[in-house]
Amino acid sequence: MTLAPETDATTVGQTFLPRYDEDAAPAVPRASLGRLTADEKFVRVGSVVSGVALAWLITQRLLPLDGVPWFLVMAFVCTMVVTAVTGAMTGGAVEARDRLAATVMNVGAAIVLVVLVSAVVFVAYKGWHALTHVNFFTQDMSGVGPKDEFDKGGVLHAIVGSLIQVGIAVAITLPLGIGTAIFMTEVGGRFARLVRTVVEAMTALPSIVAGLFIYTVFIVALGYPRSGLAAGLAISVMMLPIIARASDVVLRVVPGGLREASLALGASRWRTVWHVVLPTARPGLATACILGIARGIGETSPVLLTSGNAQFMVVNPTDGVMNSLPLFVYSLVRTGEPNAVARAFAGATVLLAVVMILFVTARLIARPKRTKTTRRRPAVDLVMADPLVEMGPVSSASNPPARTEENP
Amino acid sequence: MTTLPIQDASAAEVHPRKISRKATGADKVFVSSIRVVGSVVLVITGGVGVFLGWQALPTLRHYGFGFFTEAAWQPEADVVGIAAVLTGTVLVAMVAMSIAFPLALITALYISEYAPARMRSVLVSLVDLMAAVPSIIWGLWGSYLIMEHAAGLAMWLDRNLGFIPFFQVKDADPNAGVPMLSRYSFSMFVAGIAVAMMVLPMACAVMRQVFSQTPQGEKEAALALGATRWGMVRSVVLPFGRGGIIGGAMLGLGRALGETIAVLLILSPSFEVKPRILEIGGNTVSALIAGRFGDASSSQLSALLAAGFVLFLITLVVNTIAATIVNRSRSGAGTDA
Repeated sequence: MTLAPETDATTVGQTFLPRYDEDAAPAVPRASLGRLTADEKFVRVGSVVSGVALAWLITQRLLPLDGVPWFLVMAFVCTMVVTAVTGAMTGGAVEARDRLAATVMNVGAAIVLVVLVSAVVFVAYKGWHALTHVNFFTQDMSGVGPKDEFDKGGVLHAIVGSLIQVGIAVAITLPLGIGTAIFMTEVGGRFARLVRTVVEAMTALPSIVAGLFIYTVFIVALGYPRSGLAAGLAISVMMLPIIARASDVVLRVVPGGLREASLALGASRWRTVWHVVLPTARPGLATACILGIARGIGETSPVLLTSGNAQFMVVNPTDGVMNSLPLFVYSLVRTGEPNAVARAFAGATVLLAVVMILFVTARLIARPKRTKTTRRRPAVDLVMADPLVEMGPVSSASNPPARTEENP
Repeated sequence: MTTLPIQDASAAEVHPRKISRKATGADKVFVSSIRVVGSVVLVITGGVGVFLGWQALPTLRHYGFGFFTEAAWQPEADVVGIAAVLTGTVLVAMVAMSIAFPLALITALYISEYAPARMRSVLVSLVDLMAAVPSIIWGLWGSYLIMEHAAGLAMWLDRNLGFIPFFQVKDADPNAGVPMLSRYSFSMFVAGIAVAMMVLPMACAVMRQVFSQTPQGEKEAALALGATRWGMVRSVVLPFGRGGIIGGAMLGLGRALGETIAVLLILSPSFEVKPRILEIGGNTVSALIAGRFGDASSSQLSALLAAGFVLFLITLVVNTIAATIVNRSRSGAGTDA
């Protein structure tokens, strides 16, 4: 397109603007390499369509296999076969295997999505009738029988009970859990390793056993009545290893360079923890705690053993039996009366909503801040510090080697 | 011009400054108080474990090894054993794992390799949300939505694969004109499905985390050598994530073993050692504790605690093996390339 201009002997070293070649063909936009061509798209969509059509033919016209499940299974099988054949036509066995794998991945992920959506929608649908009555949110169940209509009785006492019990658990586990995490990461030593081993081992404690422990010690041995306090303690026993573990993971991914810089500037260890480590890890810690709380609120089994089942509003956690959302749901489902079951589903919807609100809050807090200023806080690596993997092992990878001059 | 320093003979002898790593002042308070917090947590968490073991001792001494081989749970007749509940626990966990493991693996691979990039974070959030759904929700889902479909599937399995001991159902004719679906409901199979949905997101999260650490260079190398996407997954991602796959699955198994409320809602309790997962009835350790704690005398409570202790030990072993596998895998090594 550009031609080197004829040079004059006297102007060696001079630069020239390239001349535009008017006669050259117009530039063709480069074909996208990764995207499917219209042909390939047609083959993929066509395979699925023909698979579904074949499934209809087989289940509805040829074989006596009626019902939606058979249709879905046949549709999956036929789609796989057609995909394999069309794939093999263009690229042989390699292509066919690739297409089959992609189909399996898509279908598998879709199944999981359908399961999640079906659970949420089903619970909300079954509880909808009870939820539309305002008194469901403003009354308790005192004097309401399982057969009573929805214009009597509500879930307020269970919501209040859940909040009080989880409040007790949070007041106990948050300082202890985060404090232990700080001890394990910032102080260290042989004793800290022992604590870490024991805490990791206790994350394996089944929640029902945590409840049984409190039941045996607090209620049977010490002779206190079943109460909100006992339930709060049971939830604490269950939550403490989880929160300590998750916070430990979060604190471990705080870059060591930040600590060293702070110490090198003359800050004491206490100031380093308070002004450098904790602020850096704040989003991760918040996420860990909120998800731990969501877990504590939703767990039924420790509460089942320790709190008793009150039908009326109880505000004092030391004053006898209390109710909470999971227990409310469980006890109403167990009665088997249609109205009570519908109420239970409504309670489950409220519980689900509470958990979802906590979850969304956690995600919003955990999102790395997009600040416009240049002074940017080093974001905690959220994949490494994902507190939902809190039961998972702290892999050695989550403690990245310090970047020194030998190890750039 | 430089001059050598002149030794001042009269000056006092110079000693190297004393260096101490001991905390002083506010630091001392900080370190010792945080150490106290650590000790308290150690006492609480370790105390639970020690207490369980200590409470389990009299029961184990009283019943001896028969505690593990006796199926019945009749404290009134002084016949107590966990053979039935233990097999039930393992069977429910196995059903849950055989459903959750493939789905978790596929979902993790889909999220990390197949999903469009802008949907990835949404999908990750959805799976995490699934992990946060309380177990009682899955129990309701299993018993009110899945049960009848699962019973139909169970009957079909019994009709066609009934020769396998797992799929047998006693006292029920799968070919009967009026199907006896009640014999196929409230079974370990249905309970396992509900538990699977609790296990799945956790296993999936661990697997996804490991897959996301696959070295990008090796993936690109496979693609550059002409591998298809599946070829790349099979030759790079899966071998790299093998530790995470096994470890994630075992962590899920640990959770499946201890699951209570969904099992309690679905399974109708019976004390019988049987492999017939499709049949009505069965029991697990955690459901046994939840069902029997209320009217338990102190010796029965000790037996329940012993059962809980055995469950805790099994979960602990499974979790420890899982942690070791994940830590030993190649994950995280050599990712700097």
